[in-house]
Amino acid sequence: MAILTVSGLRKSFGANEVLRGIELSVAERELVFIIGPSGSGKSTLLRCLNRLEEPTAGSVTFDGREVTARATSLNRLRRSMGMVFQSFNLYPHMTALDNVTLALRRVLKKSRAEADALGLAALNGVGLAGKASSYPNELSGGQQQRVAIARALALDPRIVLFDEPTSALDPELVGSVLSVMRDLKARGMTMLVVSHELRFAREAADRVVFMDAGRIVEEGAPETIFSAPRELRTKAFVAQLIR
Amino acid sequence: MTAWQRFLETFFKPEMLAQYWPSIAHGVLVTLEIASAVVLTGLSFGLLLAGLRAYRLVPLNIAIVVFVDVFRSLPPLVAILIIYFGLPGVGINLPSFVVLWLVLSLVLTAFAEEIFWAGIISTPKGQWEAARSTGLGFSETLLFVVLPQAVRLGVPPLTNRTIAITKNTALGTVIGVGEILNQATAAQSFSGNATPLMMGAIAYILLFLPVVAVGRWIETRFQWRRA
Repeated sequence: MAILTVSGLRKSFGANEVLRGIELSVAERELVFIIGPSGSGKSTLLRCLNRLEEPTAGSVTFDGREVTARATSLNRLRRSMGMVFQSFNLYPHMTALDNVTLALRRVLKKSRAEADALGLAALNGVGLAGKASSYPNELSGGQQQRVAIARALALDPRIVLFDEPTSALDPELVGSVLSVMRDLKARGMTMLVVSHELRFAREAADRVVFMDAGRIVEEGAPETIFSAPRELRTKAFVAQLIR
Repeated sequence: MTAWQRFLETFFKPEMLAQYWPSIAHGVLVTLEIASAVVLTGLSFGLLLAGLRAYRLVPLNIAIVVFVDVFRSLPPLVAILIIYFGLPGVGINLPSFVVLWLVLSLVLTAFAEEIFWAGIISTPKGQWEAARSTGLGFSETLLFVVLPQAVRLGVPPLTNRTIAITKNTALGTVIGVGEILNQATAAQSFSGNATPLMMGAIAYILLFLPVVAVGRWIETRFQWRRA
């Protein structure tokens, strides 16, 4: 059963068309990896899904609801679509726990005690219960990104969108974030991941999508895309990644 | 009489100190009242206007920018004189301390709005996106995520600006507000001695030195902990 269906999705910034008709569907519990050269529209695609960017044309259906419809409650939709950013975007003036519980308290109107309990559970899930009262600046990049993941998970989303979650991290910190993502996958979370972590894609992804110049060029199982791609462009890109 | 004695006679004459300290003390009280009222209204309205400006409603923003630019360029003394001596002509009589409070509040509002606004626009876009992606609405994001950061960024420039504007309470002397300078100049002209002016100067320093110190403390306190 597809939980997310994208069809005919287009996005232009002025005269610059970044997405040129995207067709994509993601099944429940599936981990879909999106790869492609920079400027190919991967991040924009992700950001159109929860309407951080407004699509120019096309439709996105999520969990039976039309995302782009006027009547759709955007804030409710976003609660069930977690998002993790390349630059973490933690709130610097709040502790890790408050970062995680802000939406629980302000959007879901949970009491402080209830929100804290949920927040601690989420932090525990990413191995950071001990850092609950630390401020983002006191945490390493890997820890910050795990807090950001906990922030998305605390709202109990149906899908999590990862926008290059490890690109801003020092190499030795990447592993801790990937291991949290591996756990998530094992728990059956639906995930859409823009990333260049090839090894992780090979072992964890159900499907890899290759984008170039605003289009999906090719998609398939990780082994197929990485070892025997059909398209020349995919072949060239993958060769670069591996080297 | 030595030069040193003459200096003391002019600026620190004991009889003058004894005679005029009550009126200077009264002036301190008046200055304190007006200054705190100005800080309170100026900073809160400044924050309010900056917050409203974030909604980017074109007519409102034009009004805010015009207001801010006018009160940042107009010398407060001119505004004080216009309101105090002009408004009675159209039948509005405001007490002098109200005029002083109003003008200084407007000026502080204008500067504070610009400082808070600078804080709002220098808060990274990613902060908005992170908050919005967890389902927070625009107003909630502004209130809980962006404004707290904007206020922290604004504290150092605000401290200086607030001190500069509250010191302008001395302008009240030209419309007869009984603040420190007014008491001191009155006493000086009665006595023909500069001691009351010196007392006024000392009173200002005693009053504002702690404010400067508190400002410095807030600056360090308000920076969120860094690794």
